[in-house]
Amino acid sequence: MRPAWEEPPGRVGLTAKGVVLGVACLAILFPLWIVIVTSLSPAETIRQAGGLVIVPDGITFEAYRELLSGGQVTRATVISVCITVVGTLFSMTVSVLCAYGLSRSGSFGHRPMLMTLLATMFFGAGLIPTYLLVQSLGLIDSYASLILPSAVSVFNILVLRAFFMGTAPELIDSARIDGAGEFRILWQVVMPLSRPVLAVISLFYAVGYWSAWFNASIYLNDQTKMPLQVVLNQIVLEGQRPTGMSQIVNTGQIHTLSVQMAVMVLALVPVSVLSPFVQKHFKKGMLIGAVKG
Amino acid sequence: MAPAPHIAPAAPAGSPTADGTPSNAPPPDDGRRPGPRRGRRKGRKAAAPPGGITWRHRLRRDRALVLMTAPALLLVLVFAYVPLLGNAVAFKEFDPYVGESFFESFELSPWVGFEQFQRMWDDPYFWGAVENTLVIFLIQLVFFFPIPILLALLINSIISPRVRAWAQGVLYLPHFFSWVLVITVFQQIFGGAGIIAQTMRDHGGGGFDLMTDPDFFKFLVTFQMIWKDAGWGIIVFLAALAAVNHELYEAAAMDGANRWRRMWHVTLPALRPVIAMLLVLRVGDALTVGFEQILLQRRAVGTGASEVLDTYVWNVGLENGDFGYAAAVGVVKGIFGLCLVLIANKTAHLLGEQGVYKK
Repeated sequence: MRPAWEEPPGRVGLTAKGVVLGVACLAILFPLWIVIVTSLSPAETIRQAGGLVIVPDGITFEAYRELLSGGQVTRATVISVCITVVGTLFSMTVSVLCAYGLSRSGSFGHRPMLMTLLATMFFGAGLIPTYLLVQSLGLIDSYASLILPSAVSVFNILVLRAFFMGTAPELIDSARIDGAGEFRILWQVVMPLSRPVLAVISLFYAVGYWSAWFNASIYLNDQTKMPLQVVLNQIVLEGQRPTGMSQIVNTGQIHTLSVQMAVMVLALVPVSVLSPFVQKHFKKGMLIGAVKG
Repeated sequence: MAPAPHIAPAAPAGSPTADGTPSNAPPPDDGRRPGPRRGRRKGRKAAAPPGGITWRHRLRRDRALVLMTAPALLLVLVFAYVPLLGNAVAFKEFDPYVGESFFESFELSPWVGFEQFQRMWDDPYFWGAVENTLVIFLIQLVFFFPIPILLALLINSIISPRVRAWAQGVLYLPHFFSWVLVITVFQQIFGGAGIIAQTMRDHGGGGFDLMTDPDFFKFLVTFQMIWKDAGWGIIVFLAALAAVNHELYEAAAMDGANRWRRMWHVTLPALRPVIAMLLVLRVGDALTVGFEQILLQRRAVGTGASEVLDTYVWNVGLENGDFGYAAAVGVVKGIFGLCLVLIANKTAHLLGEQGVYKK
């Protein structure tokens, strides 16, 4: 709603705004459009276009059927989904507990524990010692190496903590009078009241696990354990052929390009579908996160 | 920060504390037990209040909370603090194959003192990486940093809530894509077999490959960064804008300020603390520029143009197995990074801004 004192927008201004915003949105949506359309196009259309397809002409799900009928990409997708689910659950459990444990200022050891966490925002331990640590823990080639080293984000804990501290103290007190312990208060009073921030932080963790490429590329050597992002890199950027494909790709009934684009779509779909649901809570989460300490 | 009034749970009534005084304090007038919390809240060293609770009691009372914090604390100690000690390999000629385990290798590798750091000083590749890192940082500061601010002002000036929500949804989206995906998208558009090169060839033009051009690489990296994160960056500015008191705008309008003047005198001052904070954070992170992003592309453009400090550490350490030297580079990077944050924050304080942490 425009306040009464504000001038109505001029035509030039409106057009300029529209153009800038339109260009910005197009710059994001157009590449995604051609990726999706190409992944759905029959081989003939791709050959005619001489590359990526802009205008769809017939739809076929062959590329997806091929990718998801067993073989390297199917396995990688399953691995990525599992790591994302397990990792997010683990990270959320640890972070929510920690955030609640630190949310009562003045509890035992509150300050030193908080400082221990905060300090890590100012220094990084460095790649080499971290790698050596993971190695000496025997985590090389295990999925735990993709989860444990990056399991807690101090930033996320601070956001959760700030939100928890906003819970009405009367509620917590009355729960305590009714005989609830801390765990029960967290589960039955604080968490139900914090659904928006829990959703946002879960999304952050999930995206982190889903998108992780680097950890897998250094900690895993076993080709059969690679998650989707590594496989995507191998297939599209390094131009390798996915293993376990049937003959029809080689004979040209499915274009290699549509297979590559289909892998990209597999990698981008989950995050694109989830983020709009959580979008309206982003601002709150980030604002709280900006107020530290 | 709202203090959380806290009723001490089932305080051991009448049970003597370590110093023999009864732990029940006389009931205060607000009916709540005066915990040591009160003093702690203001950050003072907690001298136990008269008749107060000892740390033993506080531990007993808060054991559930401490237990809750423990797992995260343990993970941070193991994966952030223990590797700090591991940086000791920077002072060794570390050979991972000399022993059975890391500790054995560590024992058996000879100490070399500051030799690795000396090597770094004489290493042209190291200085090349430093130069690339700083140049990319500067390019990003100039071309990337202002864009979220401008976008946020634009989005904020849009009145229709539906258009706003849609635009925000679209602009946020690429932030959630992995770097592999972003680079693949760029490859498909700007690469040698990408859609632009293809169209140019169809119309009789020459070849065109932005992705392997070393001269353009630093801008390419910035460009990718803008595509991925400029939209996400507007959130914090939008939050700051939403917090502006609207009466200020009204008053300014009454005084005859037009829309540009209002932006200059009301909106921008409101954004100033946020801008300062983000600038401090950015400067503090100057030596970390797009690790994954560059690692994924360094083969295509050659290391001369693309090697930054992080990829150099990765290359020397994990690819060539020269752990001691790589760790030394990492140590130097970490120390300079820390100094940069402290200096930037100090500068922010001197300029009257709050910075990342308070004085």
